[in-house]
Amino acid sequence: MTHNEIRHHVTDALLMAYSAGTLPEAFSLTVATHISMCDECRARLGAFDCVGGTLIEQGATMDMSDDSLAATMALIRNGDAQDTAPAPKSRANGLPAPLHDYIDGGLDKVRWRHVGMGVKQAILPTSPEATARLLYIPAGAAVPDHGHRGTELTLVLQGAFVDEVDRFGPGDMEVANEDLDHTPVADIGADCICLAATDAPLRFRSMIPRLAQPFLRI
Amino acid sequence: MTSTNEKRETENEDWVACIALIRDDRDEKSFARLFAHFAPRVKGFLMRSGSDATQAEETTQEVMATLWQKAHLFDPSRATVATWIFTIARNRKIDALRRQKRPEPEDLPWGHEPEPDQADVLALQQESDQLGAAIAALPEKQRTLIEKAYFGDLSHSEIAEQTGLPLGTIKSRIRLALDRLRHEMK
Repeated sequence: MTHNEIRHHVTDALLMAYSAGTLPEAFSLTVATHISMCDECRARLGAFDCVGGTLIEQGATMDMSDDSLAATMALIRNGDAQDTAPAPKSRANGLPAPLHDYIDGGLDKVRWRHVGMGVKQAILPTSPEATARLLYIPAGAAVPDHGHRGTELTLVLQGAFVDEVDRFGPGDMEVANEDLDHTPVADIGADCICLAATDAPLRFRSMIPRLAQPFLRI
Repeated sequence: MTSTNEKRETENEDWVACIALIRDDRDEKSFARLFAHFAPRVKGFLMRSGSDATQAEETTQEVMATLWQKAHLFDPSRATVATWIFTIARNRKIDALRRQKRPEPEDLPWGHEPEPDQADVLALQQESDQLGAAIAALPEKQRTLIEKAYFGDLSHSEIAEQTGLPLGTIKSRIRLALDRLRHEMK
C-alpha cells in the first residue's frame, strides 16, 4: 500500500537474499515491512521469486522414495502438514502487518528504553545473527554519530530524518555499510520512529555512547 | 517465439489447470501429475540448499501437501505454479533448516479474486517464461552466481559485491509486474 512517494528502496542484493530466504530474521522483518509500504518493491520481489521458480523448474531432480506420493496423500488426509503462517492481512494500530508479531498491541504498548539525548529504543525478539530495534527520535534530536562494521538498515515508519546522505521519510529505507559514518537527525516537524536492523555492533564516535554500548546492545 | 517457449507455455497452463482441479474437485490424478513433475525438483533444490536426503524427502512431502491444502490461495495472475511452489519450499526450508521465522509482507488490500482476468494470467505466464528462457540462456558463470544466491551459498553482502549478477534479465520483468499491480489497484 503506497502512502506517499518512497524514494529510497531495498537494494537488489537484499531483495534477492530475502526472496532466497537467506537473510537473518531481523533483516527479513525490515525488508518485509518496507515491501508492505512499497508497491514498487513488491513487484520487484515478484520478479525475484520468479527467478526462484525458474531454478526449481530448470534445476536438477532427485528421485523421491517409492512410497512418497502415498505418504504425502496420508499427510493430507491426516491434516498433518503444518501450515506456514498465512500472510498477515490487516493494518491494525497503524503499523505494517509484519510488525504485529513483534509489537504486541501497537506502538502505544512498546516498552521504550532511553539511550541518551532523548532517543529511545526497543529491541525486538528475532534470531540472534542480527538485531532489530525500534528507534524513537524526538523532533529535532540526533542519534549519536556512528559508523558500521556490518550492514545497518533503517526504515522510517513515522516522521522523517535527515543525515549526510539525504532526507528519509515514511517508507524510505537507508542501507548503510562500513563506508558510512552518519548522524541521523529527526525532522523538526514531528517525532521520528524507525525500524533499524544491524548485523554487527555500531561504532560510535564519542565516548559516552561507546561506554553505554555493552548495556544497550546497540 | 520459439517452439520450446510454446511448449513451456502449454505446460504452465496445464499446471494451472491441475491446481484448479485440486481446488474444485480434490482431484488426486492432477495431484499425482504435479507431484511426479515437481517433487523431485523440490527435493533437488532442498539438497542443493544443504538438506540431507532424509530431511529433503520429508520437507518435500510437506511442501506438496501444503500445495494441496492451499490450492484455493494460488493466483495464476501473480505467479506460475513453479514460482508458487518455490515460495512454499523456501518457507519450509527456513523452518526446517534454519529454525527461524521469515516475516512476510502484508497481503494486498484488494484481496484475492476467485477468477482472475484470463488476459492477466496469460501475460504473467508468458512473462515468466521469457525470464526463464533468459536465465537458461545465461553464460555458465552468471547462472552459477544466481544459483549460489538462491541455494544460500552467498550472503546478501556477497551478492552486493558480485558485479557479474545479470540483474538486467530480471529487471525487464519488473516493469510489467508493476504495471499489473497498479492496474489491479484501480
